[in-house]
Amino acid sequence: MKKISILIYLIVSTFLGFAQNPTVGKSSGETIIYTGAHIFVGNGVEYNNGSLVIEKGKILAIGDGDLSSKYPNAKKVSFAGKQIYPGIISPANSLGLTEIQAVRTTSDFNEIGEINSNVRALIAYNTDSEVIPTVRSNGILLTQATPEGGLIPGRSSVMYLDGWNWEDAVLKADDGVWLNWPSKVTNSFNRTTFERESKKNENYNKTVDELHTFFNQALALSQDDKKYDNLKLTALNGVLNGVDRLYIQAGSDKEIIDAIAFCKEHAIKFPVIVGEVSSDLAISALKENNVPIIIPSTHRLPSRGDSEVWEAYKLPAKLFAKGLLVGMQYNDSYWRTRNLPFVAGNAVGHGLTKAQALSMITLNNAKILGIDNFVGSLEVGKQASYIVSEGDILDMRTSKVTNAFIRGAEVNLDDKQKRLAEKYNDKYGIK
Amino acid sequence: MRKNLSLLILFIICKFSAFSQETFHENGVKDKRPDYYLFKNATVHVDGKTTINEGWVLIKGDKIEKVGKNFDYPKTTQVMDMSGKHIYPGFVDIYSDYGMPEIKRKPGGGYYNMEFKSGKEGAFAWNQAIKPEVKADEIFKVDDKSAAELRKIGFGATVTHQKDGIARGNSALVSLNNTTENEVLLKSNVSSHFSFDKGSSIQSYPVSLMGSVALLRQAYYDAKWYTNGGIGSERNLSLEALAQNMALPAVFHGKSFLDAQRADKIGKEFGIKYILKSGGDDYKRISEIKELNTHIIAPISFPKALDVEDPLDAEIVSLTDLKNWEMAPSNLAVLAKNNISFSISPSDLVDKSQFFGNIQKAIKLRLDKNTALDALTSSPAKALKIDNLVGSIKNGMIANLLISNEEIFDPKAKILENWIQGNKFVINDLSLSSVKGTYSTDLSGFSKLEITGENEKPSIELFENDSTKVKATTTRDRNFLTINYKKGNAGLVRLSGYITDKKINGDGKDADGKSFVWNATLNEDSKTEDKKADSTKKSSEEKLGEIIYPFTAFGNKEKPSKEDFIIKNATIWTNEADGNIQGDVIIKNGKIDAIGKNLASAGLKVIDGTNKHLTNGIIDEHSHIALFSINEVESVSSEVRQEDVVNSEDINIYRQLAGGVTTSQLLHGSADCIGGQSAIIKLKWGESADKLIIPNSPKFIKFALGENVKRGNSPQVPNRYPSTRMGVEQVFTDAFTRAIAYKKEWATYNGAKVKTGLTAPRTDLELVALVEILDGKRNITCHSYVQSEINMLMKLADSLGFKINTFTHILEGYKVADKMKARNINGSTFSDWWAYKMEVKEAIPYNAAIMTKVGVNTAINSDDAEMARRLNQEAAKTMLYGGLSEAEAWKTVTLNPAKMLHLDERLGSIKKGKDADLVLWTDNPLSVYAKPEKTIIDGTIYFDLDKEAAKIEDLEIEKNRIIQKLLAEKSKGTPTVKPTARPRRDNIHCDAILEYDGVSVEQLDQFLENLNK
Repeated sequence: MKKISILIYLIVSTFLGFAQNPTVGKSSGETIIYTGAHIFVGNGVEYNNGSLVIEKGKILAIGDGDLSSKYPNAKKVSFAGKQIYPGIISPANSLGLTEIQAVRTTSDFNEIGEINSNVRALIAYNTDSEVIPTVRSNGILLTQATPEGGLIPGRSSVMYLDGWNWEDAVLKADDGVWLNWPSKVTNSFNRTTFERESKKNENYNKTVDELHTFFNQALALSQDDKKYDNLKLTALNGVLNGVDRLYIQAGSDKEIIDAIAFCKEHAIKFPVIVGEVSSDLAISALKENNVPIIIPSTHRLPSRGDSEVWEAYKLPAKLFAKGLLVGMQYNDSYWRTRNLPFVAGNAVGHGLTKAQALSMITLNNAKILGIDNFVGSLEVGKQASYIVSEGDILDMRTSKVTNAFIRGAEVNLDDKQKRLAEKYNDKYGIK
Repeated sequence: MRKNLSLLILFIICKFSAFSQETFHENGVKDKRPDYYLFKNATVHVDGKTTINEGWVLIKGDKIEKVGKNFDYPKTTQVMDMSGKHIYPGFVDIYSDYGMPEIKRKPGGGYYNMEFKSGKEGAFAWNQAIKPEVKADEIFKVDDKSAAELRKIGFGATVTHQKDGIARGNSALVSLNNTTENEVLLKSNVSSHFSFDKGSSIQSYPVSLMGSVALLRQAYYDAKWYTNGGIGSERNLSLEALAQNMALPAVFHGKSFLDAQRADKIGKEFGIKYILKSGGDDYKRISEIKELNTHIIAPISFPKALDVEDPLDAEIVSLTDLKNWEMAPSNLAVLAKNNISFSISPSDLVDKSQFFGNIQKAIKLRLDKNTALDALTSSPAKALKIDNLVGSIKNGMIANLLISNEEIFDPKAKILENWIQGNKFVINDLSLSSVKGTYSTDLSGFSKLEITGENEKPSIELFENDSTKVKATTTRDRNFLTINYKKGNAGLVRLSGYITDKKINGDGKDADGKSFVWNATLNEDSKTEDKKADSTKKSSEEKLGEIIYPFTAFGNKEKPSKEDFIIKNATIWTNEADGNIQGDVIIKNGKIDAIGKNLASAGLKVIDGTNKHLTNGIIDEHSHIALFSINEVESVSSEVRQEDVVNSEDINIYRQLAGGVTTSQLLHGSADCIGGQSAIIKLKWGESADKLIIPNSPKFIKFALGENVKRGNSPQVPNRYPSTRMGVEQVFTDAFTRAIAYKKEWATYNGAKVKTGLTAPRTDLELVALVEILDGKRNITCHSYVQSEINMLMKLADSLGFKINTFTHILEGYKVADKMKARNINGSTFSDWWAYKMEVKEAIPYNAAIMTKVGVNTAINSDDAEMARRLNQEAAKTMLYGGLSEAEAWKTVTLNPAKMLHLDERLGSIKKGKDADLVLWTDNPLSVYAKPEKTIIDGTIYFDLDKEAAKIEDLEIEKNRIIQKLLAEKSKGTPTVKPTARPRRDNIHCDAILEYDGVSVEQLDQFLENLNK
């Protein structure tokens, strides 16, 4: 592997210069059987010494022991001593939509205006982003490119972290509409105390009413067979007819409860709450209405000074215990998303099992995003999108992703940062 | 003899006082009135300690002439019988801005559009917040509306000053009389006033609390220099005034007990004992306040009761706020109990009518009544040395007298009259006779009527018999009553009555318009109801919660204490040549005493370390927690000190203890090329701010390069120099050139054998810090990203003769590691940050490993309150990225930062004799699955996982207890306010700006713009 990367490094540096990403993986077209690895299927099942058979970019078979006798024509590749995991799925992220955080010209995730249900992150997703290869290096193979800002930021798409262009990289286009639920509080500045203060948002009910109107109008309009030229309203059609997700980002428990009631009233088939939740009232609202939740990274400060020190670390176990469908996003800067496996792993010391932690960022995220028919676990018929590591990928102490495959094609795990490291290791004579 | 003397004094004062009126021309004939008044047979409260029963007070004009019993008085005296009444000295507020002009803030400098010059024209200080030349007597105007509010609650005089700026100028003693300024102004230049708040100054500097401290310190040094000869080089009225004011009592405005300690530290440097205006939270750290040994001006405003009926809303109320609501009213009693000299000021009380209610609350919480009286009269007067004029009832003093019907702090008491400078103000009408009681009446259809309610606003019920009654509407105008009522279905009956002694006589018109006469006679035995109220007053004494240290959630009821103990059978990460060993560690007297296998444990507390890992505490080289300020805004801000603004109450201290951190370098931010001086603290949760700081810790200072100092991310072109990396180099060159000259100037002065005729150089705090760097006494930690400028600073340091200790962030350290190695410069970096701005686009996570392999002493730091609680995980990433060994990885957050902070003699490894700063982990400390079970500092357990559950439960119980109390309060009808979430202190302070908890330069700019709107 190291040789390959050096080779690529040489090729890249000679012909293309440093600024380019490595070439996109190609599927060999052969049937391949991978043996000898500890396989984490992603649904809780593990094979200590399993086999994984891949054909035409899909999983043909998976099981315990060496299955090569069953597939005599398959090319045999040994991953002895290694671990195989489903590719990690990173929901609600601006990776690929921005390059340098502070440089506005590189930012393409926040359109002007409050209601932008019509805009699509899909076409802004830049497969040539130099950040993308650094993220997939730790096993993240899918990202939900998601717009931000305003009341309705727009529509997301689920993208692979490898591809020649967005058309090539997309797994699910326009998978859902995003809604930033209004906040019950607004922040203001008190000039006498010189402190910012939170106040009740007097416009809360008004904004919620506007949302009701907007959804009602969209429903009315969708009854008409004719093509209508209101882009904002027709963008909701997929949500209203139960095909697309409605992702709702909500800040507090009361807002989450309101948002769930809203979805019920408008008969939204696939609502998803994105945020944190703490009260039993809000948790049971999620549970009773079968609404899944995507929670933020464990790596955040407790919500309040009085909150438990490890509140964020303990939340996943708390929600699993309540029987919710829980996924996890990396809510901090996109370039840090390579830490998603670790922030899931961090919940393990706080009540979650390793299998549950893994499921949060694989199968559960896939179910929540409606892509579990294709990815999320290593089951027969699903796409061959998986990673190989020398150690536990949830623990930075042991994680070392050596190979990654997307739809059966091996991904080149080189990236700009590795090349820079090589360059200076070479300068200093470090081996 | 004595009498003669006092008469003489009286004469002089009278003459002086009359002087003001004397000079005024009269339009008409002279109208001088007899001005002797005698108050007879009252209970005269001379002050809190002395009472004269059946006492007499004689006043003449605006002065008290005589106090005593049964003395002769001039024939022209107007005599008033005060039997049964109480006379008190008029209250004195020494922290007032009564009669001061309103302060209007003009738009000033923002972050990207700074204002460098003072908005005040004239020969004054360079900085607008330094205005000791302001004199209250010159700008004072009588404001009868405000005066009336204060008269109503018993005040007769205030010491007033303009509450604006850091050095605020002088106060004046004025009475609350409604006459002319000439009469009302009693004394000029009573005290000088200070604060940490720059107020209406439009100048950008200082933006931070620590900048305010530095500016004031510099002003004192400048004033000293000025009077010692500096006047020869510039004329400066502000410095002249500041020097003159040194003779006056100085009052410092603090918003909290932390401010009080901060002010005291400044005072000590300049030999000033500040009188401290407190934020009302002295009770939180009363022993530290007592140590200050000064007079406290305490507010009488208390936190409002919170509406906690909705449990989801109530979630956002913090334990600190709940406890403060409960305990703040006890502050005065706590001050008294600790024998701290204090006075009470109503200045913070927005609704002045709450004054007596609040005093009564304090008394209920065991504030002694006489102490309360002293705190409103003689104590404030003594504190500001005006006790010869106001604050007690003595011969020759200003005739400010307060007359009440009951003891003044009795809930039933009413102030009847407030005499100010011999001028009577009626507060509650003394002449109004009481009408309350049950009367028999000849009103047709009724046998009796009952009058209840307030004397001025009585309410009347008419009884047909004992069980059937009619409620009447009643108004009283002096001795006339107007009564209307309806009986049955008939129309309205109208009565008019005149009150005489025990009788009401009146006319009436019935529903048909027919006239009649009526009367009512008081039943003598009916005046009993008032007494009933007394018995209800004796409610059980209120029980308050316990003080916790710090005064926030997870605070300790008792400060944790040092123990001798043994940790047995753990995997010990020694960070020494032995590497990891299986064995025991003994801790004695805060130090590591022994390491080995099967050590004797007799007499020691035993902690089982089986299957656990014992390591050093984590040292965070780059932290901004526990601070009130992060950045000052001048390109060279070396004068500011993080040590001045350490916040012992920051919950992040506890959170990071729970992440295994024991020591943090609290750095200035990166807004300036040369930033402020670091504070290096141990996270001793519960100790006061000064005790967190490691004693005699090595001196450090923050430097910065790149986008932040050049304001690279400004939406417009910024106006502060420098705005390019070219300019950054020049700022450093200039600063050190000045420092070298300054050092020489002092050396010449100090070396001169004869100093007469020489002016000592001006102490320049900015350059003092730079000279320390030149002398090798202060170490540089420099915020840095790209190799070009890192190289520049190294070259500059070489040429100007100073050393760089640490490059922090140093994300391109891997490009210059050889150069750093050659100069023995340390590198303190992030594990995997990049791409957040242009200058980090070539940052790589392999940086730490490459620097380490080249031989640079390398640390991983947090610069972030969240990341700091899992620095062990960040260290582990150096194994993932670059393949460091476990031992090497672990040292990046322990031994290596100890070395770069020059603390490795004491910290950083498990070795006999070093500080017992240890963490016992549940797992391999580099694993994501590990968490600290015990965090120990100096042999004291500050975090204990085993006690965490109990702590959380205690927290819930305590919160619920106070919430129940609040609910009871609401159902009693006490007005409440809806709780609102207070944004985290970490990211709200106007000065907590950069790279910290997500608060960016942009947010700061917006913040300052709001501030100045």
